[in-house]
Amino acid sequence: MRLLNLTGRNLKEGFRDPIVVILSVAQPVFYLILFNLIAKSDPTAPVIFDLAYFIPGIILFCFGLLTLFMALLLARDRQRAFLTRLLVSPLRTTDFVLGYLLALIPFALFQVAACLITGFILGLDLHWGILFSLVVFIPLAVSCTALGIVAGSLFSENAAPAIGSLFVVVITFLGGVWMDLGVLGGLFERIAYLLPFAHAVDAGRLLFQGASPGEIGAQLAWVYGYGILFIFLGVVAFRWKTRP
Amino acid sequence: MRESLERGQPAVLVKNLTRKFGRGLLAVDNLDLEIKKGEIFALLGPNGAGKTTTIKMLSCLLRPTSGTAEVSGRDIIKNPREVKKIINVSPQETAVSLNLNARENLFLMGKVYGLSDRLAKEQAERFLEAMDLKERAVEAVKKYSGGMLRRLNLAMALVSDPEVLFLDEPTIGLDAKSRKSLWKLIDSYRGKKTILLTTHYLEEADALSDRIGIIDKGKLVALGTSEELKRKLAGLQTMKIRGENFNSELIQILREIYPEIIPFEGGLVIKGEEIIFDEVVDLLRSKGVKIKWLSMEEPSLDEIYLKITGGGKRDEIA
Repeated sequence: MRLLNLTGRNLKEGFRDPIVVILSVAQPVFYLILFNLIAKSDPTAPVIFDLAYFIPGIILFCFGLLTLFMALLLARDRQRAFLTRLLVSPLRTTDFVLGYLLALIPFALFQVAACLITGFILGLDLHWGILFSLVVFIPLAVSCTALGIVAGSLFSENAAPAIGSLFVVVITFLGGVWMDLGVLGGLFERIAYLLPFAHAVDAGRLLFQGASPGEIGAQLAWVYGYGILFIFLGVVAFRWKTRP
Repeated sequence: MRESLERGQPAVLVKNLTRKFGRGLLAVDNLDLEIKKGEIFALLGPNGAGKTTTIKMLSCLLRPTSGTAEVSGRDIIKNPREVKKIINVSPQETAVSLNLNARENLFLMGKVYGLSDRLAKEQAERFLEAMDLKERAVEAVKKYSGGMLRRLNLAMALVSDPEVLFLDEPTIGLDAKSRKSLWKLIDSYRGKKTILLTTHYLEEADALSDRIGIIDKGKLVALGTSEELKRKLAGLQTMKIRGENFNSELIQILREIYPEIIPFEGGLVIKGEEIIFDEVVDLLRSKGVKIKWLSMEEPSLDEIYLKITGGGKRDEIA
């Protein structure tokens, strides 16, 4: 399939860029180690520093970086005419969108594996619930990549990294990665729970803490629903910018 | 060549092609064009003349405001997918995937055009060889020089074996040596592929193309071979001779052949549509003229270009 060749190319573009690998894999691993050291040095540290609580949030942070990377890749392809070359070919819009979307799933799995292996080394209890959390994380990764397609379609190569970085900050706060949303409360919490990120992190935390898959049904609905919406927005933005 | 090219129809047929941007900015204005199969056709014009917009429309990247065009008999508006199967474009920018190596870039382009793995690999190797990139085929192309990137850019357009190839400013930004080397490559496809190239280098259009269309403010203002354009539009050829023993009988004979003979002390100037060098020299010698110095001036494409376009430059529209 032609789209798989495009997928392969996009994946290579990511894995062969040392800055992308350092930013999107080494950086989250560093945060895991740092937060774990804080937790160990201070027995009164809040629950947010527990591995089972913190890792799902860090995985959302990883996926936010996927948005940044995808936005930059697509904006660069657009501005440097590589996309023009592909648009002249018989590829269809769905080939393009899937080619970009699917490319980052192996990358996302690599990020999740890096976080879990680090967590395991630091003392995280591994169990089936953690493996099942992929049911949440894969659609979350697809959602973040789709938003990267939106940003990469709409913004320039210079603007895309700034937009992507802002996005990482916003979704990690709205996802309750750095602090408990209950502490912030009020409007902020209500807004956060209107979006999928906090639901995804909550689902991950529940599964990491041993909850059964049946307990995360509501969160899954939010994540999958928004996933479909974000893919739709990605297709619309891409088509809009590349229409003849 | 393929079936459609065997039917004898033009490779590119453009009728009243027009593209407006925004509030009436006319980038291409009722363009009519017919390019024969196997022909190298240069669209020459200043920045903003509408060259890139024309290529974008012909390669189905931009919808015309009005008019139509066919590529190998396939309508660019009604049947863009069929057009896309038989064309390829080398954009003005070096449109390559920077973290991939040259072999991977070429293989990728072969695959997106539907070649089998085996054929895509064969084509990639063929063009690595042809473009002199084989030695550095596994190096990330972000480390390539400008000339190498341009060669790869062209190879990526050729790897799918297109019937019709659009080259948008193929040598822009290259030094003279790299430019000549790329000309040689493009020239090797003369008669084998239909090539429409845009350029604002007069020398490039002169050296490469079978025919030249000069486009200005979106309109095709002149069309013909380089020689035809020079003759039709730039005036007469000029021969200047210095020597001894010029006489009135000789001048009379020359005036019967050429429209303009201007004698001066120690020589004369002949002007004519087509001056036959050997004929003039033989005549001068037969009449006892001792030639000391002789020059022949062809009208240049520069003269025509400047005459038509006024040498003006405008900002590129697309």
